[in-house]
Amino acid sequence: MIDRNPAFVRGEMLPAREPPAGETGLLKLLRESFFKDWLSALLTVTSLIVLIWIVRSVSPWLIDSVWNANSLSECRQILGGAEGACFAVIRDRWTQLLFGFYPPTQYWRPVLAFALMLLAMAPILFPPVPRRLLWFSAAFPGLAYWLIWGGTLWLPVSAYAGLAVGAIVLRLATRLGSGVAIGLALAGALVWWFFASGAVTTALGQLLPLSLAPVTSREMGGFLLSIVIGVTGISLSLPLGIVLALGRRSKMPLVKTLSVVFIEFIRGVPLITLLFTASLLLNYFLPPGTTFDLILRVIIMVTLFATAYMAEVIRGGLAALPRGQYEAAEALGLDYWKAQRLVIMPQALKISIPGIVNSFIGLFKDTTLVVFIGLLDPIALSNSIRATTDWQGIYWELFIFIGGLFFIFCFSMSRYSMHLERRLKTEHR
Amino acid sequence: MANALTFPTREPHQAFRLSMLLNDSRYRSYTIQIFVLMCLMLGIAWLADNTVRNLALLGKDFSFSFLWSTAGYDINQRLIAYDTQMTHGRAALVGLLNTVVLAVLSCVLATIIGVIAGVLRLSGNPIVARLMTVYVELFRNIPLLLWILVFGAIMSEAVPAPNAFKGENATASMIFGAVAITNRGVFIPEPLFARDLGTLNLGIVEPSLNALVILLVVIGCVLVNRALMRRASQVQSQTGIRPATWWKSAIILAAPPLLLLWAFGFYLGYPELRGFNFQGGLQLRNSLIAMWLGLSIYTGAFIAENVRAGILAISRGQTEAAHALGLRPGKTMRLVILPQALRVIVPPLISQYLNITKNTSLGLAVGYMDLRSTLGGITINQTGRELEGMLLIMLIYLSLSLIISGSMNVYNARVGLKER
Repeated sequence: MIDRNPAFVRGEMLPAREPPAGETGLLKLLRESFFKDWLSALLTVTSLIVLIWIVRSVSPWLIDSVWNANSLSECRQILGGAEGACFAVIRDRWTQLLFGFYPPTQYWRPVLAFALMLLAMAPILFPPVPRRLLWFSAAFPGLAYWLIWGGTLWLPVSAYAGLAVGAIVLRLATRLGSGVAIGLALAGALVWWFFASGAVTTALGQLLPLSLAPVTSREMGGFLLSIVIGVTGISLSLPLGIVLALGRRSKMPLVKTLSVVFIEFIRGVPLITLLFTASLLLNYFLPPGTTFDLILRVIIMVTLFATAYMAEVIRGGLAALPRGQYEAAEALGLDYWKAQRLVIMPQALKISIPGIVNSFIGLFKDTTLVVFIGLLDPIALSNSIRATTDWQGIYWELFIFIGGLFFIFCFSMSRYSMHLERRLKTEHR
Repeated sequence: MANALTFPTREPHQAFRLSMLLNDSRYRSYTIQIFVLMCLMLGIAWLADNTVRNLALLGKDFSFSFLWSTAGYDINQRLIAYDTQMTHGRAALVGLLNTVVLAVLSCVLATIIGVIAGVLRLSGNPIVARLMTVYVELFRNIPLLLWILVFGAIMSEAVPAPNAFKGENATASMIFGAVAITNRGVFIPEPLFARDLGTLNLGIVEPSLNALVILLVVIGCVLVNRALMRRASQVQSQTGIRPATWWKSAIILAAPPLLLLWAFGFYLGYPELRGFNFQGGLQLRNSLIAMWLGLSIYTGAFIAENVRAGILAISRGQTEAAHALGLRPGKTMRLVILPQALRVIVPPLISQYLNITKNTSLGLAVGYMDLRSTLGGITINQTGRELEGMLLIMLIYLSLSLIISGSMNVYNARVGLKER
């Protein structure tokens, strides 16, 4: 029954009460994230102690650092017994760490090559950049070779001319069937490279001597060397890795066996042994009297090494693709290469982006191993700087500089791969 | 046009034409394979011919007899008896054992570090999670070689010399009076036996009989404990009640080895400062410590990422389903989450173990005498047998890799998804 005449009717709502102090703001945040249970509290306290210890032991060293000195003993004099870093070594030797023993008057050449590399990578990495720039990307390897090693410009130009000859032959011979055409194009390019190229280079060189002072591989070092080996290895290992991965999944038993043996052999031995093979043993396997550039040999070995890992990463992507995709491509009447190019590879490569970039990063880090065969990478240079009387006994400053640069390169690669994954994500979740 | 729409009931018989080798998909694969085979054989013949001619030019032959000649160089870390009068083959074996020891130690430590870091990176505690992210990114993006050199520099520069432990006002002290960290290496207590049974002569290696007996007993205890567990599971599936086993397995696992140790008169030999250096105890050289820490902490960062990915790969529904079945958090983790996460974690873990094994060859940077420094370094330099030496090294690393990936694949097959 309803009371018709209630004694009191509330006219307006009461304002909401404040939540208890422990349930709001900072206190709640502190409790929920840092002191949820005893384990969390223990972890918080331990990590705070570790952080404070690191800051307290490193900060005076960094704050009192000396940037102007000519030797470690001078540094110590300036510091007067206090703890302090001696970054003067970086100021004194940074050009050496970046370029090795490259002639100082020519430093603009690798710098220009590096800037052009960024320009050449732009259309590949970022779609808003105009597509027409891809032609520049294609021309960049020859240009970079000319800038860094010097010599006549006509050498890379005539190498490119060989490619052009191949392309023309391919265009002319298409009527004879694709296999024949590819074979003829290859033969045409090889004929150009072996018989015509040298004569053309000298002739053009005499006609129009466009050349830079040549720099030998022995003079190169530092991050210049790491980037040359790393970038060449990276750009070659991806296409070769794709071919090898397709070879491993091929239905032809011989091709498959060869791919498996190659991949498993390379993956089973350390990179160092391959580099030693490049420096010690390659002379055994080549015709007597052949010598060629050590950096080129190293690039070949590093590329082979990275190719095997890349092939496994891409094979993973191929295996992850549902069978229906292959069948759909076949049902559309696409032949093997068209199916690979239009249907399979775009999806498989997308799946394997994290793995691909990881192996790029691994390759770039592995360029430091060339120190073992006497090439002057940053680590070898840091050893040689430490061996001079001026900077004997200096460790941390050099390690920080080298590690910092490597970190910048590798970290930006991994961030780019995350960006790429987000950009290419098409699933609706 | 009507003709074009009729289909032949049988495939028309076509005479074989030469162009079908290229254009008919039935024959094309044979053409390609024969072409590849020819290229391959030509290539091998070319390489072999060059090698033979080069060897003849240098006046060298191809033989492994150098393995039986006197090595004449010293190796500072040896697990088996070795002196300078022994052969190159023996030196290579010492180096191989050093490689294996370093690889095993690093795999264990890297797994521990990786699992802890991976789990902590997922924790709800922002400080800890950030700290672990910093650790992972820092180590993954800087070359391993640099880290090894950093740890080598820490061990040689930032650690007190043995004479800092000396005197009344010593600036350094031993940890628990047992472990001394010095710039000449880390000294730890050494297990010793008062009643020694001597050694077992196997020709190449001479393992201590005491250690062998203890190892056998421990293996036996583990096997007995397994039988006990299996019986408990049987009883549980028959009656629904699992008999208490914890005290039985504690006794089975602990009592026989402890009794044996007591019988052998087990004691620890502590390192002592005598003169300018520590004597007694086990000396872990700086090169070993630098390699061990470098490899483990570096690879730990990669393993942490694998562990994190493995745990994230298990959907939340699994946890909820386990809770709905009435399992407690500990059992949920052990019976539901972990077995599924392991399936994701183990394959990349195998390749990390392989990486560790291969990366032990960086020992050269800090002077660790592994296989590459002995057989691949000093032996090759002394004998001039680059070809044979490098071939042998590659073969050994290849078989080590195959053994590891083989045994881990067996494990992977056991934890793997059992599909119909």
